[in-house]
Amino acid sequence: MVTTEYFCTVLKEKGFDFFTGVPCSILKDVINYLANDPQVPYIAATREDEAIGIATGAYLAGRKPVVLMQNSGLGDSISALTSLDILYEIPIFLLISWRGYGGKDAPEHLIMGEVTTRLLEDIGVPAVILPGSDVEETISKAVSVLERKKIPIAVIVRRGVIG
Amino acid sequence: MKRYEAIEVITKALNGDELLVSANGMLSRELFSIRESPNNFYMLGSMGLASSIGFGLAYNLPGRRVIVIDGDGNILMNLGSLATIGHFGPSNLIHIVLDNEMHASTGGQPTVSNTVNLEGVASAAGFLVVKKVSSSKDLHTAIEEALNSKGPSFILAKIERGEKDVPRVSYEPIHIKSRFKEVIEQTK
Repeated sequence: MVTTEYFCTVLKEKGFDFFTGVPCSILKDVINYLANDPQVPYIAATREDEAIGIATGAYLAGRKPVVLMQNSGLGDSISALTSLDILYEIPIFLLISWRGYGGKDAPEHLIMGEVTTRLLEDIGVPAVILPGSDVEETISKAVSVLERKKIPIAVIVRRGVIG
Repeated sequence: MKRYEAIEVITKALNGDELLVSANGMLSRELFSIRESPNNFYMLGSMGLASSIGFGLAYNLPGRRVIVIDGDGNILMNLGSLATIGHFGPSNLIHIVLDNEMHASTGGQPTVSNTVNLEGVASAAGFLVVKKVSSSKDLHTAIEEALNSKGPSFILAKIERGEKDVPRVSYEPIHIKSRFKEVIEQTK
């Protein structure tokens, strides 16, 4: 497990300077930290696809954006990812929490929990599951894929990995 | 006033330095035919998100004027965007909705904007300048007023059905993005 402060510092050190998204209990500490961080903006979006639209505008404006969401919001994001960010080659760093991981969660999370990684693979978004250790190395690799492929990439966060 | 005429009025009222984001469908095609420019970001898919892209631009480029040319079907898909824009209040954003009360690009299926006052939603959300117009003369005046005011501004332009037979946007999406980003970098 890594601390919220460490994780957010790694993201900022990698150059990410614009954050938007929709909350999830797994990401609550990260989002609260970013929302209170005077160094970076955090824009509370109303939906996940709106957050992707905002992040796209931010990227065009020269920012390096991160979109934070629960995997339930991935369903709302498919059109924005496929017909905007992948189509135009907009590199957005997606931080997606994984509800329904391992089939153990509230019933509303089980179907999306089962298909989350498959869904990302199907639409062509490279995804990596954040391990409990080697976090900085994982983020570095994800950033190099982001910069090389110029499309969104997803880092998936299970409960308890960032605390 | 038809959409083509409204887009002509909009582009004539601007000085050409503004960044434009146009909604998908016939709207982007007509803008492409009327005033092609690297300052135009033609949104081809992702229906509903023109205002969100415009907000992301305006928030991060406070020195630039950002114009979103949207449709009623588009903004009805993303009304939450009006709340976000109203809350964060980028003063340099002008959001124009060309409202023909239908999804014209897909065959004229009705939207609900014949009864829902979109200008009232924008006003309640916190847009500082809100105008509703239905003639080209009033649209021109409203844009001039918005350009001279602290926004965010919302202009609802009621338009009649009808489109010109114009070609699709012929540029690759990656090209549209790259030159738009270049314009921003060069003029920073």
